Amino acid sequence: MAGDVPAAVAALMTEYVHAIDDDRLEDWPGFFTDPCLYRIATRDNEERGLPASLVYCDSRAMLLDRVVSVRHANVFEPHRYRHMTSAIRILDRDGAEFRTRSNYLVTRTMRDGTMAVFSTGAYRDVIVVEDGTARFRERVVVCDHGMINNLIAIPI
Amino acid sequence: MPETDTLIDWPEEGVARAPYAVFSDPAIYAAEMRRIFRGPVWHYLGLEAELPEPGCYRLIDVGDTPVIVLRTPDGGINALVNRCAHKGTMLLFEPFGRIERLMCIYHNWSYDLDGCLRSVPFARGINGKGGMPASFDMAENGLDRLRVESLGGVVFGTFSEETPPLEAYIGERLMPNYRRMTQRPFKVLGYYSQYLDSNWKLYFENATDPYHATILHAWATRLKLNRFTMEGAIEMSERGWHHLSWSKMATDRDGEVYETEAFRSGGGDFDEFGLHDPSVIEQWDEFGDGITTAIQTAFPNFVLQQIHNTIATRYLVPRGPAGSELVWTVLGYADDDDRQTGIRLKQGNLIGPSGYISLEDGMVGSLVQKGIEGDKDKASVMEMAGRSVESIVNSRASECGVRGFWTAYRELMGV
Repeated sequence: MAGDVPAAVAALMTEYVHAIDDDRLEDWPGFFTDPCLYRIATRDNEERGLPASLVYCDSRAMLLDRVVSVRHANVFEPHRYRHMTSAIRILDRDGAEFRTRSNYLVTRTMRDGTMAVFSTGAYRDVIVVEDGTARFRERVVVCDHGMINNLIAIPI
Repeated sequence: MPETDTLIDWPEEGVARAPYAVFSDPAIYAAEMRRIFRGPVWHYLGLEAELPEPGCYRLIDVGDTPVIVLRTPDGGINALVNRCAHKGTMLLFEPFGRIERLMCIYHNWSYDLDGCLRSVPFARGINGKGGMPASFDMAENGLDRLRVESLGGVVFGTFSEETPPLEAYIGERLMPNYRRMTQRPFKVLGYYSQYLDSNWKLYFENATDPYHATILHAWATRLKLNRFTMEGAIEMSERGWHHLSWSKMATDRDGEVYETEAFRSGGGDFDEFGLHDPSVIEQWDEFGDGITTAIQTAFPNFVLQQIHNTIATRYLVPRGPAGSELVWTVLGYADDDDRQTGIRLKQGNLIGPSGYISLEDGMVGSLVQKGIEGDKDKASVMEMAGRSVESIVNSRASECGVRGFWTAYRELMGV
């Protein structure tokens, strides 16, 4: 444990999940530095050193392209997420840069009212704090499961 | 030979129809497991690259049957049903690994890597009492084996003695693309799968149906990565069982039909569509033929895929009449340089459960599954380019690939 969780880091974690759960996807790229790294990976692939991701974005513009595609190109049955996050650990601190681990659980609720646990896993983050504002330099979503229920359109 | 009992009355339009009942009837599902999945077809079992050393194994489900695929000490490949001959216990449950023998955890019956039973604990009893009878024959209690063939680094297996050799099964017409994509050794970049709330055939209909691709997948159509107006074709295997669909994105002519006809994929509610970071579609012509999409299938459930520089295998595991699992193996080639690997990983955004081009494919199957539930006596209609399974050149406006799937299906099911 490399110290307490700074308020700016805690605020970033919280605002991030509220933005997604409130369907404010247009705000999502703003939680990242530019360039950045956002990946959705699976635990099996990570543990075996296999590099393929389900989502791989290395710039804010690529994150924006994901949002534009969700809004205007891809079609799927409408649904919403609810994120539960917990157990933030600061693994390492280098000046204003923090390497953290935390847990997440996401439920997915379809328009017909069906609700189920959709994903659970860990966030592996590199967070930088500048002028009191924290942003993700890296956010790697490591799903515990290699099997996805149908599709992932909305970011985790 | 196909069984002859009448499971279903097929519509007189033949393979231009698929009766809705085949997507949900438990009796039909049970017959498929026997007549198709245990029948004269080759099943994808994995890659040679997954079995680098003797004793290396992977697990795979062939229909309802769990199978161990392993490298033998002499460098061959065996496929054994993952089930102890004693009580039927699964022998292995880690998906990949390395073993020296196969030992059941339940009573420690042990088998060699050819599936021969080698030891049974307490076979001679205790104090001369109990144990196995003299009539028990170790040689008759080995593991069930599949026939195996490996071609271009891809391993296939079959339960049937009637299945023709693998190359003949794929057929001369489709072997050129198979060779094109398997001429270099593969490197595995990763795995993932999708659980779909739909019958396995609904996804496979989608995979053999290029008609939907440029209409449903608006992302690629709006970016002009794939349009029907590009040079392309659907090539059918000799018996019509398998298909190959390909296109060349640099050859688009008259593509504005998508806009003038007001297809959703041509612009719809949002005319300004474009990429803010086009690096996601950075690509190179790795086969030197300008083909940017090539989807090849092998009945009943295998897909070999090139979408730009994403190379992948996909196979389907039926999970009961109304469910299926679609398993992806994301690939590169062993001699890729770092830049090429980087391009493949970034283009990974195009495929899989989050793929810009593929995320709708599993979803539409579940919409069909829900749509057809109340009318088992009706049928879907597939008449694009007629009712035959003829190949089509300089056009992909045909549902011949789907009709080819149903041709094989009807033949093996006897319906």
